[in-house]
Amino acid sequence: MSRIAARFQALAAQGRGAFIPYLEAFDPDRATSQALLEAMPASGADLIEIGMPFSDPAADGPIIQAAALRGLRAGATLAGVFEMVGYFRKNDTTTPIILMGYVNPIETYGYERFCRDAVVAGVDGVIVVDLPSEESEILRVPAVHYGLDVIRLVTPTTTDTRLAYVLEQASGFVYYVSVVGVTGTHSADSQDLQKAIPRVRAVTSLPIVIGFGVRTPQHVTEAVRIADGAVVASALLATLAETLDHNGQATERTLPAVLEQMKALARAVQS
Amino acid sequence: MVKRTQPEVHSLRQQPDERGYFGGRYGGCFVAETLMPLVQELAAAYKAAKADPSFQSELAYYLKDYVGRPSPLWFARRLTERLGGARLYLKREELNHTGSHKLNNVMGQILLARRMGRTRIVAETGAGQHGVATATVCALFGLKCVIYMGATDVERQKPNVFRMRLLGAEVVSVTAGKGTLKDAMNEAMRDWVANVENTYMLIGTVAGPHPYPVMVRDFQSVIGIEARDQILETEGRLPDSVVAAIGGGSNAIGMFYAFLEDSSVQLVGVEAAGHGLESGKTAASIGRGRSGVLHGNRTYLLQDDEGQIEDTHSISAGLDYPGIGPEHAWLHDIGRVEYVSATDEEALEAFQLCTQMEGIIPALESAHAVAYAVRTAPHLSKDKIMLLNLSGRGDKDIFTVARYLGVEL
Repeated sequence: MSRIAARFQALAAQGRGAFIPYLEAFDPDRATSQALLEAMPASGADLIEIGMPFSDPAADGPIIQAAALRGLRAGATLAGVFEMVGYFRKNDTTTPIILMGYVNPIETYGYERFCRDAVVAGVDGVIVVDLPSEESEILRVPAVHYGLDVIRLVTPTTTDTRLAYVLEQASGFVYYVSVVGVTGTHSADSQDLQKAIPRVRAVTSLPIVIGFGVRTPQHVTEAVRIADGAVVASALLATLAETLDHNGQATERTLPAVLEQMKALARAVQS
Repeated sequence: MVKRTQPEVHSLRQQPDERGYFGGRYGGCFVAETLMPLVQELAAAYKAAKADPSFQSELAYYLKDYVGRPSPLWFARRLTERLGGARLYLKREELNHTGSHKLNNVMGQILLARRMGRTRIVAETGAGQHGVATATVCALFGLKCVIYMGATDVERQKPNVFRMRLLGAEVVSVTAGKGTLKDAMNEAMRDWVANVENTYMLIGTVAGPHPYPVMVRDFQSVIGIEARDQILETEGRLPDSVVAAIGGGSNAIGMFYAFLEDSSVQLVGVEAAGHGLESGKTAASIGRGRSGVLHGNRTYLLQDDEGQIEDTHSISAGLDYPGIGPEHAWLHDIGRVEYVSATDEEALEAFQLCTQMEGIIPALESAHAVAYAVRTAPHLSKDKIMLLNLSGRGDKDIFTVARYLGVEL
C-alpha cells in the first residue's frame, strides 16, 4: 500500500481528516525550508505538500507568486527539491509528500526522469496545475510505471460528465479546488462545499481534500467535516513572509511563527 | 540543432488537429482544470460560428465598414529606389481603424463573445495596440473591459494607455516580473480564472490554449488573402518573398497563411533580437529558445536550463515576449518559414528610413520587418518582389524613438 493510502486509512480509523500544510521549496532559503519541512510532522502535518517554484505561476495569487520567486532566488531546482525530500526521508518514512508545480520545469527535466527521481527521493504524489487530464498522458504513463500518484484537481467548473472523465485515472486522492480563482485570494463558502463534495464522492472512492481558500482553523474544521482533508498554503506563506527581514531573509521568528500557526490549524483537525 | 523534416501533411493549411496540435507537436491546451470547461466551450462555440454564414456576414460587415478593410497594398517606390534592389510592397495594416492589424482578430472575437453571452472582457497587451483594439470594440458594444499591461509597457506606451482609458477601459498596471507582456498575460489569466461566469478572455496573438492559436490565425488570415489578390492584380504574379515581424506572431501568420502552399514564395518571419542574439537581452524565441510549455501551449520559449522562463528585451513592447505562436514553431521545424531577427538598432534605423522615404511612420514592431528589407533587398535583383506586412503605425512609439535620438518632447 502507498504511503498516501496508508495514511488516509489510518486517519479514517481515527475518525478524523487530514491536515496538509504547504511549503514552497527553498523559501526563503534552502536551510530554513529544510528545517520547516523536518518540523512539520511534529507540528501536526498528516501529509505535506511542497511547491516546486516556477517563474510564471499563472494559477497562483500574489502570496504564492512571491514565495516562488524567493525560492528561485535562493536557487531552487527540481534536483534540489528531490534532495530536500531525500534528507527528510532519513528521519520520516511514513508522512506522504506531494509535489505541486507547473509543467514546464518537469518537461525540461524529462517526464520519465522526473518520476524516477521523485520516487527514489521518497515523493508519493505530484500535482501539475497546468496539465489537465487531456494532456496528462505524457506524465501519467511514467508515473504509473514508477508508482507515483498523479493527483487530479477538480473544481466548481468541472461538469458532471467531465468529472467522470477527470477521475477515471485518478490515484492517491482527489484535490477539490474550492474557489473559482487563484490561490489565496478568497475563502470557500461552506454551503457550496456541502453541495460540491458529495457530487465528487459519487464518482470516486478516493479520499477528497479541499484546497484553495482554506485559511483559518474554522475553515479547516469545516473542510474536514465535509471532506477527508484540508490543504493550507497561502495563509502559512503569508505568515512566513511577515517574519522576513527587509532583505527577504529568514529571522529567528520565521520557523516558530509558521510552526505555531500550523499547530493551531492541526488542532482544528484533531478536535 | 532542430532536425528539419519534410511536411507529412497533405496540406500546410489543414492544421491544427482536433486537440489543437500543429504537426502533432506544438500547441495543445495546458490550462488549469478551472479553465478547461471554458476553453472547450469556446472551441465548440468558435467551430459553430465559423460554419455559420450569418456570423461570417456579420464579421464581413464590421471588417468593411468599421475596420476599414480591405487595406491597400502600396508600392514603396522611393524606399525601393533607395535600397536599389527588390521591388518593395507594403501591406498597409496600419491604416486599419485603431492603427494596426490587431482589430481584425478583436472584431472576430468580440462578435463571438457576444454570441456566447459574455458581458465582461479581459485582455493582455504589450505595446497597447491589442489593448486599444479591445477597448475600442468594448466601447462599440457597451461591454465592460479590463486590460492588463506590464508596468514597464505602461511607461513606454503612454499614448496607448491614455487611449484605452478614454475608451472606457480599466487599465491594470502589472508590476510582477519585468512588467512586460508575459506578466500581463499571467495576470489576465488569473483574472479570467477568477471570473469565469461572465468573462471572455480576448487573447491578442496566435498563442494560448487551443482554440486561440487557430481562431486568431483565422481572423488574421484576411491580411494575406487580400495581399495575395492585390499583388496578383498589380504585378500579375506572386511575390518572391513575404516578410513580417514576429512577437507572438499574429500579423505574420495572418500574412503567411494564404501563401503557405505557394512553394515559390519565400516566407520570412523577423524576430526581435533586442541588443543581439548573443547579448542575453533578446526576444528571439526561435533564434534562442527551445520547446516548452507556457500560457496554455507548447512552443518555442526563451527559458533557462531548469525550464524557468527568461526575461526578454526588445525596444518594441509588442515583440517583448518569451514565446511564439505554436503554428510558427511547427513552420520553423518543417522549414516552410525562415525565422531571422533584427536588432533594436536596425529597427530604429528602418523606422526612420521608412518614415523619410515613404511618409509612413511604422510601429517599432513593423520596423523589424522593414529592417529585414533594408538588409536584404539591396542584394536582390530589381525584378524580385518583396511583400512586407506593415502591421501597425508608429505614433505610439514617438517617445521611445525620441529618447533614442536624444530629443526631449
